[in-house]
Amino acid sequence: MSEPTPLVKIRGLKIEGRTDETWIQIVNGVDLDLNTGEVLGLIGESGAGKSTIGLAAMGFTRDGCRISGGTVEFDGVDLVQADAATKRALLGKRIAYVAQSAAASFNPAHRIIRQHTEAPTQHRVMSSGESEQDAIELYGKLRLPNPGEIGFRYPHQVSGGQLQRAMTAMAMSCRPDLIIFDEPTTALDVTTQIEVLAAIRDIVEQFDTAAIYITHDLAVVAQMADKIKVLLRGDQVEEADTRTMLSNPQEEYTKSLWAVRSFQRQEKMPATAGTVPVISMRAVDASYGKLQVLYDVSFDIHEGRTVAVVGESGSGKSTAARCITGLLPPTSGEVCFNGEPLPADYRKRSTEQLRQAQMIYQMADTALNPRKSIAEIIGRPVEFYLGLKGREKRRRVEQLLEQIEMDPAVYFDRIPSELSGGQKQRIGIARALAAEPKFIICDEVTSALDQLVAEGILKLLANLQDTLGLSYMFITHDLATVRSIADEVVVMKEGRVIEAGPKTEMFTPPHHSYTELLLSSVPEMDPDWLDTLLESRGIENLGEAAMAAAG
Amino acid sequence: MIICRVSAGMGLECRSDISNAVVVISVLLIVLKRLGLGLLTLFVVSLLIFASVNMLPGDFAQAILGQGATPEAVAAIREDLGLNKPAVTRYIDWLSGILVGDFGVSFAQANFAVYAGDAAAQGGIGSVADQLLPRFRNTLFLASVSAAIAVPLSLALGVLAAMFANTAFDRAVNIATLSSISSPEFFVAYMLILFLAVLNPVFPSLSNIYDEMSFAERLNRSMLPALTLTLVVTAHMMRMTRAAIINLMASPYIEMARLKGIGPLRVIVTHALPNALAPIINVIALNLAYLITGVVVVEVVFVYPGIGQLFVDSVKVRDIPVVQACCLIFASAYILLNLTADILSILSNPRLRHPK
Repeated sequence: MSEPTPLVKIRGLKIEGRTDETWIQIVNGVDLDLNTGEVLGLIGESGAGKSTIGLAAMGFTRDGCRISGGTVEFDGVDLVQADAATKRALLGKRIAYVAQSAAASFNPAHRIIRQHTEAPTQHRVMSSGESEQDAIELYGKLRLPNPGEIGFRYPHQVSGGQLQRAMTAMAMSCRPDLIIFDEPTTALDVTTQIEVLAAIRDIVEQFDTAAIYITHDLAVVAQMADKIKVLLRGDQVEEADTRTMLSNPQEEYTKSLWAVRSFQRQEKMPATAGTVPVISMRAVDASYGKLQVLYDVSFDIHEGRTVAVVGESGSGKSTAARCITGLLPPTSGEVCFNGEPLPADYRKRSTEQLRQAQMIYQMADTALNPRKSIAEIIGRPVEFYLGLKGREKRRRVEQLLEQIEMDPAVYFDRIPSELSGGQKQRIGIARALAAEPKFIICDEVTSALDQLVAEGILKLLANLQDTLGLSYMFITHDLATVRSIADEVVVMKEGRVIEAGPKTEMFTPPHHSYTELLLSSVPEMDPDWLDTLLESRGIENLGEAAMAAAG
Repeated sequence: MIICRVSAGMGLECRSDISNAVVVISVLLIVLKRLGLGLLTLFVVSLLIFASVNMLPGDFAQAILGQGATPEAVAAIREDLGLNKPAVTRYIDWLSGILVGDFGVSFAQANFAVYAGDAAAQGGIGSVADQLLPRFRNTLFLASVSAAIAVPLSLALGVLAAMFANTAFDRAVNIATLSSISSPEFFVAYMLILFLAVLNPVFPSLSNIYDEMSFAERLNRSMLPALTLTLVVTAHMMRMTRAAIINLMASPYIEMARLKGIGPLRVIVTHALPNALAPIINVIALNLAYLITGVVVVEVVFVYPGIGQLFVDSVKVRDIPVVQACCLIFASAYILLNLTADILSILSNPRLRHPK
């Protein structure tokens, strides 16, 4: 077999990003070869430069970035040197892109199919009528419901998983030689993710399209890629075919990535019968306007224990939290703290009642006021709830910073933008601790973080629980997190509690059919996992179909 | 939700029918609600107008009689015009007149008729409506001509400035429009007269149009005031267009369009502009309202027989019915244009036009 000339050949690619007025190198000389029909997985943590490299493979850089060296050859054309018109002729037609969030990447003002036919008509590959027919065929191949009709809807009228498949169809519209998939399933629920993964893999195989698949999820990349390239802060760590990489990683960093999912807490003994729970939701119904979103939700959270509330987006996890905090007064039922019913509306609660329940949010970025210093952010609840001022307040803030393992001398006067994602989340934790609560709601606190960082946060939360006797309500859709930190699990679906119980019980069969579906949908590192799963479930029984069956 | 699960064919049709009907009804409801609010606003405005006009110092009888204002003559005129009735009665008379389309009698016109002893002339030549209508028509004509030039021009300039953002072209457009909005209107007007009427006689410098003129002739005569107004209103609309588009240029769907190999002009016109319409429409409405209500200076400079001049003249002679009618027209123009803008911005949102 003769060595084919690669479709994509990247040599010594260097990219710089601008921070304030200086240019800092963020990709330090990456080489990459991709043959026709091959799928390369690019993996790494955030800041590794995955997306930047993916876009550079299209000759494109975002505002504030520039290619400062190296070549990107696509089929013999150097996209770094090529002028805008040459690149435009290739983009959409021979190189296509699938973005992370389909909901944001479809133009809200136009029908889906009109956006689909745009590239073929603009590049004069097909007439608009032909392309429309082709789109409908592709929708069918990607197993979208009602392929003849779905394209004529507007993006907001279609669910996230369907939209993601419609975007894959759009990328296929000109039958490109190369598609860049930029975290295409990161924003989806696990049950939906399978459906999209299967669809993408199918269509890429069917048309023999080369692809660069960017993700931070090792288990996903194991299903999708022929070979894997590991990146760390703009450097390539290693590259090998998927099976070799999984079974025999060479570099220390790769090994550490592979080994991440190891943190597991000892499960506590079940609470003794008759103890009063710290928080208990009793038969709570809640609505947004006329739309009822919670039905008869009841669960207890005991002192010093962690209850994980799991479920897919829209299942009512966060709404339950809003009821507990009093942001959304329930329409019926009640929330009790230490056995005493709390007023439904937070405005009617006393400062003492408010102090006892605190929240940590998913996006530490948006949950911290960007203009306030760390001392002010943590000092505010210290002053508000505990009435400390001046030197006492300062000492308390420093104490809290030490508790979250951040050096007060260094971080006291910083502002949030000077911290990393994990550090910001730690500040969020300190702010919740500042009120000295009994109970903390953690709303997807690790889902925006890289695995290594997330593990650090989970360990910190576990230590704080042991020393301070805190109770956590841990909202998450990530079952790996549940495994590592929870004592009890509450499974929610469509506003109802489907199943509840101690963790070990929940993770050992027999399960409720929905819990079973959730558990089996979490990707595993085994590269054959997806095939096995598809075989056992059947190709027609994925995503929404499976959800309906399990309901 | 149930209907969309019905597969293909029938289900699809009945779904779109239902959602269309729902959209029409919900938009109608919004329109009716806004219309009601508009009427309420107009009512409040009428109160304010009446109160403030009546608080103006001086009085028509005094003003018209001047030196010869004997108490008897003043009283006679006040009696004639109903000025001696209590304010509440006068307000109710005025409002009920308006409801049936009668804006009352212009003091300035009626007075001479009374003096001539020709009582029959009242309500004829002296009616406010007769006096206002031709003027208002002229004002609308000038506003339309200005809008027909200014709106497309500012949209085009805004799109181009967004496309070439931070280039020399962008800066030049910004400087030009900002300097034209920053100069006083009369200055802009005289500059245009100097260059387009005196040095190069392209357009007439006087715009005294009247009914018998042909459309082309009117257009020709209105050109200089229209150009002046264009220069005044372009900057605002153009800058909003530019800003609204640039705001969207970092959004993922714009990046997606560029990654599909779509050219820059098409990216802006078909992908950014439709999503930027709401703020642009609102600014256009405000400027159109200005074209109707804020043109006094331009009318004076070009001797254009519009409503602005009439308004100022009537204030001078305390011709209260005309002043009140003018104010009411200005208020209605603002309310109607903003109402239209609201409805158009709502309709520009596909989430409202096509609910789930």
